[in-house]
Amino acid sequence: MKEEKSVPSDLSPKDENWMDKKVEFKKGTYCYGAPLKHQKYLDLPHPREWQPHNEDWNLPENWKEIILEGMKSLLEKYRSFKLFMDICVRCGACADKCHFFIGTGDPKNMPVLRAELLRSVYRRYFTLSGKIFGRLSGARDLTYDVLKEWFYYFYQCTECRRCSLYCPYGIDTCEITMMGRELLNLLGLNIQWVVEPASNSFRTGNHLGVPPPAFKETMGFAVDEIEELTGIKIDVPINRKGAEILFVAPSADYFASPHWYTLLGYLMLFHEIGLDYTWSTFASEGGNFGLFHSYELMKRLNAKIYEEAKRLKVKWILGGECGHMWRVIHQYMDTMNGPADFLEEPISPITGTKFENAKSTKMVHIAEFTADLIYHNKLVLDKKRNDKWIVTFHDSCNTARSVGLFEEPRYILKNVCNYFYEMPENTIREKTFCCGSGAGLGADENLEARLKGGFPRAYAVRYVKEKFGVNMVACMCAIDKASLPILLDYWLGGVEVCGIHELVGNALVMKGEKERTKNLRGEPLQREENEKGL
Amino acid sequence: MVERLAYAFLFTIFLILVPLIGVGILNLQKVFSIFVPYLAFLIFLFGLVYRVLSWATSPQPFKIPLVAGQQRSLKWIKSSYIESPYTKTGVFLRMLLEIIFFRSLLREEKVETHPKKWLLFTSKKALWLGSIIFHYSLLVIALRHLKLFFEPVPSFVSLLHRADSLFEIFLPTVYITDILALLALLFLFFRRILVRQVMYVSYATDYFALLLIISVILSGALVRYFFRVDLFDVKRFTLGLVSFRPYVPEVVGSAFYVHLFLVSFLFAYFPFSKLIHAGGIFLSPTRNLENTSREKRYINPWNYPVKVRSYEEWEDEFREMMREAGIPVEKEEKES
Ligand code: SF4
Ligand code: SF4
Ligand code: SF4
Repeated sequence: MKEEKSVPSDLSPKDENWMDKKVEFKKGTYCYGAPLKHQKYLDLPHPREWQPHNEDWNLPENWKEIILEGMKSLLEKYRSFKLFMDICVRCGACADKCHFFIGTGDPKNMPVLRAELLRSVYRRYFTLSGKIFGRLSGARDLTYDVLKEWFYYFYQCTECRRCSLYCPYGIDTCEITMMGRELLNLLGLNIQWVVEPASNSFRTGNHLGVPPPAFKETMGFAVDEIEELTGIKIDVPINRKGAEILFVAPSADYFASPHWYTLLGYLMLFHEIGLDYTWSTFASEGGNFGLFHSYELMKRLNAKIYEEAKRLKVKWILGGECGHMWRVIHQYMDTMNGPADFLEEPISPITGTKFENAKSTKMVHIAEFTADLIYHNKLVLDKKRNDKWIVTFHDSCNTARSVGLFEEPRYILKNVCNYFYEMPENTIREKTFCCGSGAGLGADENLEARLKGGFPRAYAVRYVKEKFGVNMVACMCAIDKASLPILLDYWLGGVEVCGIHELVGNALVMKGEKERTKNLRGEPLQREENEKGL
Repeated sequence: MVERLAYAFLFTIFLILVPLIGVGILNLQKVFSIFVPYLAFLIFLFGLVYRVLSWATSPQPFKIPLVAGQQRSLKWIKSSYIESPYTKTGVFLRMLLEIIFFRSLLREEKVETHPKKWLLFTSKKALWLGSIIFHYSLLVIALRHLKLFFEPVPSFVSLLHRADSLFEIFLPTVYITDILALLALLFLFFRRILVRQVMYVSYATDYFALLLIISVILSGALVRYFFRVDLFDVKRFTLGLVSFRPYVPEVVGSAFYVHLFLVSFLFAYFPFSKLIHAGGIFLSPTRNLENTSREKRYINPWNYPVKVRSYEEWEDEFREMMREAGIPVEKEEKES
């Protein structure tokens, strides 16, 4: 237990006028600018080499005009934006709800103030009271410093929407951050960790830039590993026309760890139930970093999923474990790139269940799919194989507050493992705290900010670790799987991270399998004797 | 903060002085009793319509409800009818709870850091209680005033008067809601000074809005309790206003004009200030949309085509290596 880690001490801002405080680009807290090559590949505006810490950002001559014009157009397009600019009363209910504020104590990370950064400019140029009363009513000029501040704080928000839950008017600072990023993009102010994966995804089909042969090869590795563990040689269909279902997962699942074990879980499950499905090397990415950038980029990246479903003539689409991917699929895809009238309403071929809730989008979440299988007794599960783990569940913000997937994953977990404990009530379900690295902030250079942002989550995990001996955090988000291990190592240690389907894969009793002595990680199924007594 | 407070106080005092000077020294009774209220009401009306229309006419491109409960998915999983609404009724109930009950504020919990425990959560209902008391008292006060605009007085208004005036021992009657509203306002005011997070984000106009309403209520009380204006004369005046046969009251004193002017100002100020939140809440897209995004297609009126990378383009780049790796491709199939 690393008790001495400096816990943020003070959440009371000092008395000073926030409007006059300049932002300081301290190393470790901000992300680097996007590489020129990728800006160009995506035809982003004003491409140039640029870094946030540079004094001069090489802005276009008429940058103010561009921003104000852009703001005007966004105000006309988004009721949410206009309304949220107008109705905040600064009651402060949202102030201490943001993990970045709790973790850094920086008052500009209070959602209300993050929004005021933009609102103050809105007031100055778009409202009567702001034009008349100026500063007294919270209006201020758009200056170079204001712009820098926008960049800093809109890229220090994970668009997790926790603040909106507590706001009496439902003001969603995520929405404001999204508008802020749209505006920054107009001046070519983008970060590498968003633009590079997006550009890769546009070109190759996935964030990591994995070309089709490498994709196939990786799946081969997975097949080998599964054979070694279970003695069963499974088949991984790729680009197979006429399959019933297209399966789309975040690319991290087949290239990163601990995501990899979730992939093994999917593959074993699909084999065991004899699913007629296919992977695609074109739609080889479920995630969509466009969501963290602009409407346009999100739509551009999302288009391939329906296009590929159409080309492969599948009936419907199944989606893997990912957070922001599911925000896009649930709340945006059908609207942007639908209607998917060439697909059929999803029906589980195993249980016959109609997924009425996905009737129009025609895309089902794998947790819904698997929960349904378990409910209908279609799987033989041996919970004991997960006895090594004392599990808790981290609700990923996006699947929680934007989709409402609360019970499905819990139902699965309770059916595949014996030891499951919830984190404190104020940190789960709709009140869940972000991992601190969402919305494109999972870079290395801003690690300090990420660790601080993840502090509330670390607190909650520590709580169950001490109380119940929890040693495994299950989650359904690719970014979580990448960031939580680092976060938990830093703050507490001794807790690992997995996907839901890794635990499914462990528990799944497959026809004709050899006796399993190892879990998907290749570790012994039970804890070593000396580890047991916690 | 001192500076912001000073501005708020100064402006409130200025507003009080205007009618005192206008009526007491310049004898502009007519202007202040007829012109000002009419003008204020017009500004209120047009302002309100303008603001609400400006929101209502701008499109909501995406269905972005903030989901606070289990979605409706599999039949055997209990879904949350109100917190993740999937019917019009569910949305209606959700909105009702927000508007009537301030549901989201009820979730309020304070977070503090702690060196050993790391975080402390404390459920706080004070802001919720203060807001509820304030808004409902204000509503009753407003309804009570209907007495001045109807002859005969509607029975529910008389009833309200009786119910609200428990302290009959005082003469004239002390209304409970006046006291409650003032207490709640003082709470909100001091909260804005003492709670540092709130203080930090408050502007002069935030303090001013509270001071303005405090002054409205106090001046109203003064009129009734201390200066004992002639109610018949006042009623003749108010009835005159609503029937467009304005009548300038004769015997009422300056306290009355101060009250009237502050109320007028409040009305005119309403649409152009943060007070407009009262109208905006109805349109809030995180609360008034159903969580059925995958079930029913939602239309974005400005959904324009974007530049995508088509499958053909993509395959052109990778076809060679795909063939070599034995991955099915589109073109080859056609050729053969
Ligand atoms: S809770 Fe809502 S109204 Fe209150 S300060 Fe935050 S955003 Fe503004
Ligand atoms: S969306 Fe999340 S990260 Fe952004 S301000 Fe709100 S609580 Fe903070
Ligand atoms: S990364 Fe996971 S926890 Fe963080 S915002 Fe995304 S879904 Fe939420």
